[in-house]
Amino acid sequence: MARYGMVIDTARCVGCMDCVVACKTENGIPEGYDRDWIAYDTTGAFPTLHMEIRSERCNHCEDPPCVYCCPCGASHIHERGGVVLVHHDKCSGCKACIAACPYDARFIHPEGYADKCTFCIHRVEQGLEPACVAVCPTHCMHFGDLDDPNSTVSRLLASREQHTLLPEAGTKPQIWYLK
Amino acid sequence: MSALSRRRFLKISGAAVGAAAAGTAALRAAGTLPSTGLSAEKGIRTVPTFCDICFWKCGAIATVRDGALWKIEGNPLDPLSNGRLCPRGTGGVGAHYDPDRLRTPLLRKRSRGQEEWVEVTWDEAFEYIAQKMQSIKQRYGPEAVALFSHGIGGNFLKHLLKAYGSPNIAAPSFAQCRGPRDAGFRLTFGEDVSSPERTDIRNARCLVLIGNHLGENMHNTQVQEFADAIGNGASLIVVDPRYSIAAGKASHYLPIKPGTDIALLLAWMHVIVTERLYDRDYVAQHGFGFEQFAASLAPFTPAWAYPETGIEPEVIERTAREMAAHKPATLVHPGRHVTWYGDDAQRSRAIALLNALLGSWGRKGGFYTPVSMDLPPYPYPEYPPSVRGKVDNPGQKYPFAHETITTGIREATLTGQPYPIMGWWVYATNLLHALPNEAETIKAIQNLDLLVVVDVIPSEIAGWADVVLPESVYLERHDDLNVEWFREPFIALRQPVVASPHDQKPNWWIARKMAGHLGLSAYFPWNDIEEYFRYRLKAGGYDYEALKKNGILRGPHQPVYYEEGLAPTFPTPSGKIEFFSPQLQKAGFDPVPVYHRPPAGPPGYYRLLFGRAPVHSFSRTHSNRILSDAMSENEIWVHTQTAQQNGLTNGQYVRLKNQDGVVSNRIRVRVTERIRPECVYMVHGFGHTSRMLKHAFGKGASDAQMVTRYATDPLMGGTAMNVNFVTFAPAEA
Repeated sequence: MARYGMVIDTARCVGCMDCVVACKTENGIPEGYDRDWIAYDTTGAFPTLHMEIRSERCNHCEDPPCVYCCPCGASHIHERGGVVLVHHDKCSGCKACIAACPYDARFIHPEGYADKCTFCIHRVEQGLEPACVAVCPTHCMHFGDLDDPNSTVSRLLASREQHTLLPEAGTKPQIWYLK
Repeated sequence: MSALSRRRFLKISGAAVGAAAAGTAALRAAGTLPSTGLSAEKGIRTVPTFCDICFWKCGAIATVRDGALWKIEGNPLDPLSNGRLCPRGTGGVGAHYDPDRLRTPLLRKRSRGQEEWVEVTWDEAFEYIAQKMQSIKQRYGPEAVALFSHGIGGNFLKHLLKAYGSPNIAAPSFAQCRGPRDAGFRLTFGEDVSSPERTDIRNARCLVLIGNHLGENMHNTQVQEFADAIGNGASLIVVDPRYSIAAGKASHYLPIKPGTDIALLLAWMHVIVTERLYDRDYVAQHGFGFEQFAASLAPFTPAWAYPETGIEPEVIERTAREMAAHKPATLVHPGRHVTWYGDDAQRSRAIALLNALLGSWGRKGGFYTPVSMDLPPYPYPEYPPSVRGKVDNPGQKYPFAHETITTGIREATLTGQPYPIMGWWVYATNLLHALPNEAETIKAIQNLDLLVVVDVIPSEIAGWADVVLPESVYLERHDDLNVEWFREPFIALRQPVVASPHDQKPNWWIARKMAGHLGLSAYFPWNDIEEYFRYRLKAGGYDYEALKKNGILRGPHQPVYYEEGLAPTFPTPSGKIEFFSPQLQKAGFDPVPVYHRPPAGPPGYYRLLFGRAPVHSFSRTHSNRILSDAMSENEIWVHTQTAQQNGLTNGQYVRLKNQDGVVSNRIRVRVTERIRPECVYMVHGFGHTSRMLKHAFGKGASDAQMVTRYATDPLMGGTAMNVNFVTFAPAEA
């Protein structure tokens, strides 16, 4: 069984938002909503500063609180790659998952269901990369099978210093950031 | 990182998002978007073309689903995009669906700038323009009509104006942007940096950026190669008063005082020359006047430069040695928008000279020599000769202006000297945001008998027009072939993906029809543009059908570095790299660059700097719903200490007031450590005042409005704009 994840090289990322825009056109995300976004972490005082830029989205956690708390069975772990998805037709829009997600990755779509990143599973099932990964002009984003030691994502994780977001939340996020 | 940061981010950008309309799919469903005219079409099809959201011209593949434009991706065959567009190109979908775009030809109803119009047919518009142009030609001569044009889309209008008899064709990309750079490099190496820049960033071992904010300035190939250089472990030296995105990746960040770059460059060259770290063979073989140049550097020690620049002497020494250690694969990037302080051509020359010392011009990891495909031009009749010549630079006042100066045409329009300018055509450039001092532009417009604006959106300059002609967006039209000068030779085709939703027309059609109304049909002997393409490609021995299918025709690799056997040539008067410039000396200028301390602003005022955001092009993309959703207004960056002194808090609105008392639209404050306390920064192009740009109207502030002053470069007539100072005024004023 594959276990899908992303590895994002923050040294290459320039925060241009191409990932955000590509997600928007690929998935028809309504104006005013985003499934992914750019975060800046700036520390220090001018001019001795450090800045990390990250493309962020649903972490497709291995222990997803959004799935555990869903009263409708809408939020679920997909059989392929452990991707966390939402059955739009089952979702009541109760927002329990939004409250449970430590990453603020979800929103209520104007059509009434909880929405978020799908890792572009419709593309992945066709052998394509997620739209955000495929578009990135800096090649800072990588998608693949974390269970395959020869995948690019596994090899990058083995070779570079890295971190996940909010590991203390205990959700086992599947997106890693290379320093 | 914590969830709090994410919420903070949302709070900042969330307000900018505003009350949401729906996405393109929902807008189409709600019927607020025009039908594409192909609604009977089912299934998926793709069309290769090239982008026009900026002028870089990246190869793209657009996908149409059930007759409606769905998405645009990079064309993998294209060496500019390498299969990946920038965010603006990806968001180009929004240009087609923009509800604010121009729909039909418009004729002014009341006085200029009132934005009150009568919708007219194309023939009525052409007839109106033709009458005015014939009358101007009779009374003032054909040179009295000028064209301001930006991008490849304007090629056929340029052809029309030349056929009419005017040599006065200019783009703000020279005197308001890259002109000083190209003048400085020409004076030194005999050649321009050109566009796309001939910078071999991907092979650089040391990259030096001086005020160049790659990553925010999203010229696709440059940014791709910048990421590659970082990935390859290249040393990165960033010089900027603002901690830019690039600064965040630098091995050495030099937080320079604004306007003192020449002092730093002289000190760097002082170290490299006195420590004999330069490429001695290269300089001996190709240099002219090196001894005089080297002697002139003696006083400019790092200790001398320290109080000017604020950069510690040991940092200047260390970075100079770092550059020398990687030569010739050290690229001191010449930048692009370099009209800053009025001595910009001399600063660019200093950058050229530093590159010359490092031996990077012509070398791998420095500057390659661009190549092109051989494609003969279309055999048009000869243009009528101009008796009076160009109007923009009388008496060669700016002796090293090698392109037409927009602001020189504006000056002639204001003064009638050396001869009157009575008509302006403006193609795809928003002069009110591009030229400094908009009051001068508006005053010049009052002297015109005719102002025609051709554009896809109702820009501010369109609001002042007599006639507005709505152009099809690039996804709906053919344009001229892109026979690019680049690292790899290629020809690219722009072709329609979907139909125009209203009465918009492509520029080639507009120019050709206009020619008919002016009796100039002989200059447009082809019936449609594909006939023109076929003729040229056949003449060059290429297959048009293959170009249509792939969007790109690539030629074989040619040598682009001296290392590949390319013979060094320097088309300067001496035939060598001119370290000491007899040309400049003869014209009465400093033959080697000299530093002048920039004048300070009034007390309590902060120097206004401006730049780019990766999701917008100029002032052209703010009504594109996809791109405005990524960034819908700009912010004024204020250092923490400056914010405290002025009682400003993060996220509040203020107005800016410049040294001449001009007050801006309201703009949000961004309190940050990422800028020197004596300057403030904003992204260019926001603060729209055109009422027809409904979505973008009143969002953010316009830097152009604050640029009431400018310093003119004495070498080439560039208008430097970083010479304005602002203070803060309450938002509710």
